[in-house]
Amino acid sequence: MNDIKKKKTRLDRSFDKIRAREEAGLLKQSKMNRQLRKILNNRLAVGGFVIFSLILLASIFAPLICQYDPLAIDLKAVLQAPSADHILGTDRVGRDVFARIVYGGRISILVGLGSALGAALVGVSLGCYAGYKGGLIDGLFLRLSEIFMAFPQIILVLLLVSILGQSLINLIVIFIITGWGPMYRMTRARMLSLREEEYVQALKAFGLGTATITYKHILPNALGPVMVNITLSTAMFILQEAALSFLGLGVPLNIATWGNILNAAQELRILQESWWMWLPVGIVISLFVLSVNFIGDGLRDSTDPSQQG
Amino acid sequence: MTETREKILRVEDVVIRFNLRGKELTAVRSASLDLYKGETLAIVGESGSGKSVFTKSFLGMLDKNGRVASGNILFEGENLAEFTREEQWLKIRGRKIAMIFQDPMTALNPLKTIGEQIREVITLHRGMNRQEAREEALAMLGKVGIGDAAQRYGQYPHEFSGGMRQRVVIAIAAACRPDILICDEPTTALDVTIQAQILENLKELQREMGMSIIFITHDLGVVANVADRVAVMYAGEIVEYGRTPEVFYDPRHPYSWALLASLPQLGEKGEDLYTIHGTPPNLFKEIKGDAFAPRNPRALKIDFEEAPPWFAVSDTHFAKTWLLHESAPEVEAPKIIQRLKEKSLKGLDYGS
Repeated sequence: MNDIKKKKTRLDRSFDKIRAREEAGLLKQSKMNRQLRKILNNRLAVGGFVIFSLILLASIFAPLICQYDPLAIDLKAVLQAPSADHILGTDRVGRDVFARIVYGGRISILVGLGSALGAALVGVSLGCYAGYKGGLIDGLFLRLSEIFMAFPQIILVLLLVSILGQSLINLIVIFIITGWGPMYRMTRARMLSLREEEYVQALKAFGLGTATITYKHILPNALGPVMVNITLSTAMFILQEAALSFLGLGVPLNIATWGNILNAAQELRILQESWWMWLPVGIVISLFVLSVNFIGDGLRDSTDPSQQG
Repeated sequence: MTETREKILRVEDVVIRFNLRGKELTAVRSASLDLYKGETLAIVGESGSGKSVFTKSFLGMLDKNGRVASGNILFEGENLAEFTREEQWLKIRGRKIAMIFQDPMTALNPLKTIGEQIREVITLHRGMNRQEAREEALAMLGKVGIGDAAQRYGQYPHEFSGGMRQRVVIAIAAACRPDILICDEPTTALDVTIQAQILENLKELQREMGMSIIFITHDLGVVANVADRVAVMYAGEIVEYGRTPEVFYDPRHPYSWALLASLPQLGEKGEDLYTIHGTPPNLFKEIKGDAFAPRNPRALKIDFEEAPPWFAVSDTHFAKTWLLHESAPEVEAPKIIQRLKEKSLKGLDYGS
């Protein structure tokens, strides 16, 4: 009997701590915003946010932390292993890999995040309205999104690149054009089920207009999956950028991006012998994508008031 | 009593049709009603009799495949049945006619605090600024019996119990200051003690604001409690209406008889419970004669041939049954109904 009593689980201990604090009168109603508090209690989200900010800040303040120009060719120092001079070594034409990763982050994050947010903006705002209203508009956008999703992306990119020319903005535009479809369909699907909820009927009966109901009341209820989708597509767009850059269709090769760096390491010899050219950038991409996903998860949980925290 | 009051809503011969996979369903067949200022009108009837659909048409809230096929809904000099655009309805919904629904558990947006939800309709309909709206919202919460309103104001719907949520919904509806409040079975999902409190809240709000209430229910006990007048609805048609005591103690339509006779409280120990045999008519088909005739053991031949017109029982009491025609044979009402009548003559009150 005593043995059982003595055995305290982690939960018991944390409960005891809380009780002790309560008895000491320390436990006050937190004045902090409830959603902020919830996301701060989510360790994964906080960890993700820290990593995300580190990578983001490093990219933004790149000139302060690297001493090399990411594009400066130094043929005297080709394919050097990591050393005090070059923390992550150099590539085949002697460019500093660390500088390239840090500067490349600027472009890759811009492309990934920018495209995901752009696609979400288009897809969600259309999906919200059309999903609630239904009818002709909805059918029209649905078919349109199907056409874009069915169209081979490579062909579309080739087409647009040949018309618009190869540039960073064009790549983002292309990603938004090809990426809004799934966002639209997902938002629309959520709206279709949410608009049948009784509170939507009640809001309507209280005299609220369509725009208020859709964007102010239903959209926040549909935002969880949208958030997760934005984070997932950020990751997807970063990877797509890498793939397109490899084909020479993405970001022009004279700009350093994570994709361009990775794809410089296509040769088997480099893969086997010069790990510093692909491993660090691969890790950075993975870390970034993971952290973005954790943030998305945390956001979803914190915006849902039926989950305690 | 009610005759002297002003009519606030006149509904004339409304027919509501739904298009279901190419077939026409007539949910409401020529229903009429008048609503006086400040009164409570109960619409009773079994599930599927068209009560909800009928009242939803006053707000333009029929499903997309439904329409008011004919008839007039006259309110403040306008015919609501002719409204086609959403903007027209926005002027009516909430500020003129508001509606509350059956299930309080799902009637509030789970992501907004109840304070926000009340404040929103107040700022929308009454043009108050944020601070005024907040005070008004707190006052409304107090009126519907929510203690500690200031603290409750910032809470989310999931922190409220079912009865509390229904109070919040009522507070929101009343905060719009509508002329007419339609309550679609507001107490069905609640337990009996809470029911009584909610009904009391509603009555109080009505007294204070002078609004008219249309009360949809199938709970006759509730009707006896709250309603000034009762309309009995069957198969999309109002078959009898009158002041509550008239309909309760002296029902004339066989369907009203059957409804009342089915109340277990009114039976005597040892008697079999009364049930209405059969099912309501198929609303896809044209109904010939009295819709209730096939289920009515006392139906006359003419009930199957021709629909009965309105017959006046008194100045305020009307019923659609051939039994009231001067050449109709004497038909005895069920025993339970006869007993009710005797009780009423003795001056006993139903439900007291």
